[in-house]
Amino acid sequence: MSRAASIRPKTLTAARFHYCPGCGHGVAHRLVAEVIDELGLREKTVGVASVGCSVLIYNYLDLDMQESPHGRAPAVATGIKRVLPDRIVFTYQGDGDLASIGLSEIVHAAARGENITVIFINNANYGMTGGQMAPTTLPGQKTTTSPAGRDVTRAGYPLRMAELLAGLDGPVYIARAALYNPAQVVRAKKCIRKAFLCQERGMGFSLVEILSSCPNNWGMEPTAALRWVETQMTARYPLGVFKDATVPTVRGDTAGSREDSSPEPGK
Amino acid sequence: MRVMMKGNEALAEAALRAGCRYYFGYPITPQTELMEYMARRLPEIGGTFLQAESEVAAVNMVYGAAGAGARVMTSSSGPGISLKQEGISFLASAELPCVIVNVMRGGPGLGTIQPSQGDYFQATRGGGHGDYRVPVLAPSSVQETADLVFESFDLAEQYRTPVLLLTDGVLGQMMEPLRLPEVRTPRTSRAPWITDGCKGRQRRIVKTLYLDPRALEAHNLHLQAKYAQLAREEVRSEVYGIDGGMDVLIVAFGICARAARTAVDNLREKGLRAGLFRPVTLWPFPGAALEAAALAARHVLTVELNAGQMVEDVRLALSGREIAFHGRMGGIMITASEIEAEVQRISEGSEAA
Repeated sequence: MSRAASIRPKTLTAARFHYCPGCGHGVAHRLVAEVIDELGLREKTVGVASVGCSVLIYNYLDLDMQESPHGRAPAVATGIKRVLPDRIVFTYQGDGDLASIGLSEIVHAAARGENITVIFINNANYGMTGGQMAPTTLPGQKTTTSPAGRDVTRAGYPLRMAELLAGLDGPVYIARAALYNPAQVVRAKKCIRKAFLCQERGMGFSLVEILSSCPNNWGMEPTAALRWVETQMTARYPLGVFKDATVPTVRGDTAGSREDSSPEPGK
Repeated sequence: MRVMMKGNEALAEAALRAGCRYYFGYPITPQTELMEYMARRLPEIGGTFLQAESEVAAVNMVYGAAGAGARVMTSSSGPGISLKQEGISFLASAELPCVIVNVMRGGPGLGTIQPSQGDYFQATRGGGHGDYRVPVLAPSSVQETADLVFESFDLAEQYRTPVLLLTDGVLGQMMEPLRLPEVRTPRTSRAPWITDGCKGRQRRIVKTLYLDPRALEAHNLHLQAKYAQLAREEVRSEVYGIDGGMDVLIVAFGICARAARTAVDNLREKGLRAGLFRPVTLWPFPGAALEAAALAARHVLTVELNAGQMVEDVRLALSGREIAFHGRMGGIMITASEIEAEVQRISEGSEAA
């Protein structure tokens, strides 16, 4: 453990996480807190909590926060950002929240190029309600509502949110990271940092999808769950940067670049 | 100076004059002129208009903006208001001030785009899930529509609650002369609950989740105390033609009260003593004022553009009395002559008995 890892970020409160052993939320919370600290954004940030296991994130982040109805975090964040354009506004959402009930809100916030940052935790099931099938549940994956494994002939195929949103003109930065080993945690933090920087510089919508483990609902030991993320989840959800309109080479490109659209995305 | 304006546009202009600088909405007939007016005028005065992807998103944008300290509103009609109910329940619990306009149309379902008062139950019973109430103001003219916008914002901020301004397809679409309210400088709200970044202070949280049942009960008791105060202090109503004894007291709200008022005049010319009681706040319902007005009446007739919704509140207020009801549905307006005939029937029926 490096020295940095032993120091509690200022943005993290002293409250003990309520998350299950092996759950990725604790690590993801910490990464968000470290990035906000390092960029000096704590006193100008408003976070938006969504419905799911992480609804209590406002107990852990020492920031102004609003809790939002299920799936509506991007709309709530839009309202905040339009009133306070010089503040940093981010949402923290799970896959049931963002990819299912809140699909419309996330797609339209992204399409508007809303200058907010979205931290999207994908653990391939509904954690809070006890492990039901999510839009991100893998084919064949057993959940309480797909007890024989997700059957794509009946339940359809999982949604790849990073790829889906990267196809829109509005976003400036869309990346997918994972938390299954220390190197990936460091990479995830870099993505989160870049996403917040995009917003701070007023560039537009940024989102980091983070593949995370849910050992309790998956019925696995925490280490086996990490292996499952590494092997099974990344096979369906490849890691990488799916859109980056911040780098000059992409900017000069034709298809999908922000220069293409004559009207500036709304701020 | 008096101007001619459509009800929907007068409402929008009054909201701007009341300091509203943020509007989030989704088009639906018969309220669309309000939204279009906001789209045109807000950018001119440095405000923000945003057409949301749905009514659900719109009301949640209102939630975020209200939490960030803005004077904000949204508007819709019947089916759209149903979609906003999730957000209204959250706004009520989080105690965020905002104004929500329902320009009522005929329902249920898609119904019609013609006027109706069929959303009375939904409006006055909270509408969404959980134990809560929302103040509901119901104008009956274009002038009053504009005036009550100011009242709505004031109530919303004083009591930290969403306020529902309930009009209908006729009030929204008809043009009348009105005196626009004076421009009011928006109160730059530095209220101690606003989430705008925790610079130099403790963090703040806008939330509705209370996992501890005792904490949730305490929160509910706090909300109920607020509703009790509203019921004591913010009840509004109007009476017309209530002098001395009456054969029939008509109870009507909104556009229906306009027809009833004409009916009262016509009936009095014919020698029938009729009066009108018009609730302006539908919740809190002006039960005590109604009781006082009804003392001098032999009969009470409630008239509404629905199957009989407010009449339940009238019966509660005048418990034990027989209350006659006349309503039309499907977006059909009740005429003054229809009300006159109903009053005459009730009055003569009693004399024959």
